[in-house]
Amino acid sequence: MEAIQEHKGLVFPLNRTNIDTDQIIPKQFLKRIERTGFGQFLFYHWRFDDDGQKRTDFELNQSKYNGASVLLAGENFGCGSSREHAPWALLDYGFQVVIAPSFADIFYNNALKNGIIPIIMDETQLNQWMKQAENSEFILDIDLEKQRIIAESGTEVSFDIPAYHKEKLLNGWDEIALTLQHEDKITAYEK
Amino acid sequence: MDLNKPKTIVDKIWKKHLVHQEEGKPDLLYIDLHLVHEVTSPQAFEGLRLNDRKVRRPDLTYATMDHNVPTKNRDVIKDQIAQTQMETLRKNCEENGIKLADMHHPDQGIVHVIGPQLGLTQPGKTIVCGDSHTSTHGAFGALAFGIGTSEVEHVLATQSIWQERPKTMNVQVEGDLGPGVTAKDLILAIIAKFGVRFGTGYVLEYTGAAVRKLSMEGRMTVCNMSIEAGARAGLISPDETTVDFLRGKEYVPDGKAFDEVAEEWLELATDDGALYDETVTINAAEIEPQVSWGTNPGMCVPVSGATPNLNNVEHREDVERALDYMGLKENQPITSIEIDHVFIGSCTNSRLSDLQKAASIVKGKQVKTGVRAIVVPGSFSIKLQAEKEGLDTVFKQAGFEWREAGCSMCLAMNDDIVPPGGRCASTSNRNFEGRQGNGSRTHLVSPEMAAAAAIEGHFVDVRNYSELVS
Ligand code: SF4
Repeated sequence: MEAIQEHKGLVFPLNRTNIDTDQIIPKQFLKRIERTGFGQFLFYHWRFDDDGQKRTDFELNQSKYNGASVLLAGENFGCGSSREHAPWALLDYGFQVVIAPSFADIFYNNALKNGIIPIIMDETQLNQWMKQAENSEFILDIDLEKQRIIAESGTEVSFDIPAYHKEKLLNGWDEIALTLQHEDKITAYEK
Repeated sequence: MDLNKPKTIVDKIWKKHLVHQEEGKPDLLYIDLHLVHEVTSPQAFEGLRLNDRKVRRPDLTYATMDHNVPTKNRDVIKDQIAQTQMETLRKNCEENGIKLADMHHPDQGIVHVIGPQLGLTQPGKTIVCGDSHTSTHGAFGALAFGIGTSEVEHVLATQSIWQERPKTMNVQVEGDLGPGVTAKDLILAIIAKFGVRFGTGYVLEYTGAAVRKLSMEGRMTVCNMSIEAGARAGLISPDETTVDFLRGKEYVPDGKAFDEVAEEWLELATDDGALYDETVTINAAEIEPQVSWGTNPGMCVPVSGATPNLNNVEHREDVERALDYMGLKENQPITSIEIDHVFIGSCTNSRLSDLQKAASIVKGKQVKTGVRAIVVPGSFSIKLQAEKEGLDTVFKQAGFEWREAGCSMCLAMNDDIVPPGGRCASTSNRNFEGRQGNGSRTHLVSPEMAAAAAIEGHFVDVRNYSELVS
């Protein structure tokens, strides 16, 4: 996993609650045996109609969101299936940060394993950003090290993230290698 | 820690599996059973190969093929990418010495159906699988949860996992379920009442008289859908019902050794007076057969009810979008909703007793013209047993299709797809947009309710069917 300390990018607001991983990446794209190339299928049935044409009513298809890399979403983001294809698709599409009032447990973990920063944010603040991002080009600067989000206007908001998750993201550590440092204990347990 | 302090089953299992603990970090837990299927494992095995790592405990790992497998003709697989994925699993299992129940194996079936059926699932075990419905195994008093592919790789390599100690919630079900009201209705009612997020960060323990009276099949149905409440896991303390179910299963000891281990299992049950972080209560007697109307499992009402009134809902836009997707209006009575597909199957409701109950409803009747109804047993062995009992004939004579075991129309990764705009009464666990096929509309129900809907062509209160009332 790539280390990530800071990310500054264009915001895409997706004001829906309970966005499940079936929507993030539909099942017909889960048959691949690679980790890469899932971005083209992100939110597939929201982005494309039955003939594979872009849907004009889905906001992500608007040119003003081209290159968006910070996703804002409603509560319980990533609920449902445990498919890690969901963060793979988000990352491959270009999303590096997801900000929501709450996340489903498995998605939250899966995101962290892939170097996506999942940020839990108070709904009032989030709604304010949603509006700004709907109305104009809106950029947020996420400083993981300092746990701060800075808007272009200069306003700053802090966020919480468990220290051990933060450390892993900052360093891009291989978790298996870390665990194997405790291999003697695993072996002892097995006896 | 006070040794005499009453403990929950989660406390006891956690303590037994601790490998490493450090202040300010999650705990490292040992994993007793790792179940593997074709869809969420290829990238994990590839990761091992790239880093020159081995599967630490192939003997604690067990694989099957379920998500992709065809349920009609298994000799020709039309879908080349699916074929590659299954082939990849076979190679990975061979290379690493992992037991595999492949498509033609007598133990093949949905991963959460075969674990219990083989007795691999046992009280007190820590069980993981790259699949969110791993919570099913909690029915036995195991701590079982779904993980992502990176974690699958981690468990393959280390047989352990980093876990934050979850909070515990007592989901207390008081009173008795009425006739014709099933375990499926119970869990749907719980999620409808408390919402699709109430379990986030918790392990749910289902307790109370109604839960004790459930069969193991019913308990599996309940625990299966814990994830739809957002929970990390769901479980039920083991009792005699648990022990009776496991006696004689392939992977449990027999004779005296079984009695000894059974005693240990029973001791795992939550102690009287143990404290939970949270308790919620629901009265079983008030629960009616349930039907979901929307696009998440919390969007669910009693069969006597109707779709919501838009003036009294939270998140109105989401409700409007759900109704629109489902092709429904507000205040629409559930019994007026006509269906064109029926799916009896999935890890929630594809066990023998589910099929028996559905068969008792359709026996001697005919599926409504224009309705396509299929039954997909949860495992090959369930299929065989059902055929021995003549259930296949009952279904076929009523106009149902009778299939091979697999996930099938629960997620429609194979050919079993509900077409765009199609409406399905389904015994599965998720009614998300497009879950059963692009543009498909899913209504979650019990096997009995699905069977009755197949006959009538619309939802009916199954309690009015005389077979059940008598
Ligand atoms: S039956 Fe459905 S929910 Fe269960 S494991 Fe298969 S796809 Fe997942």
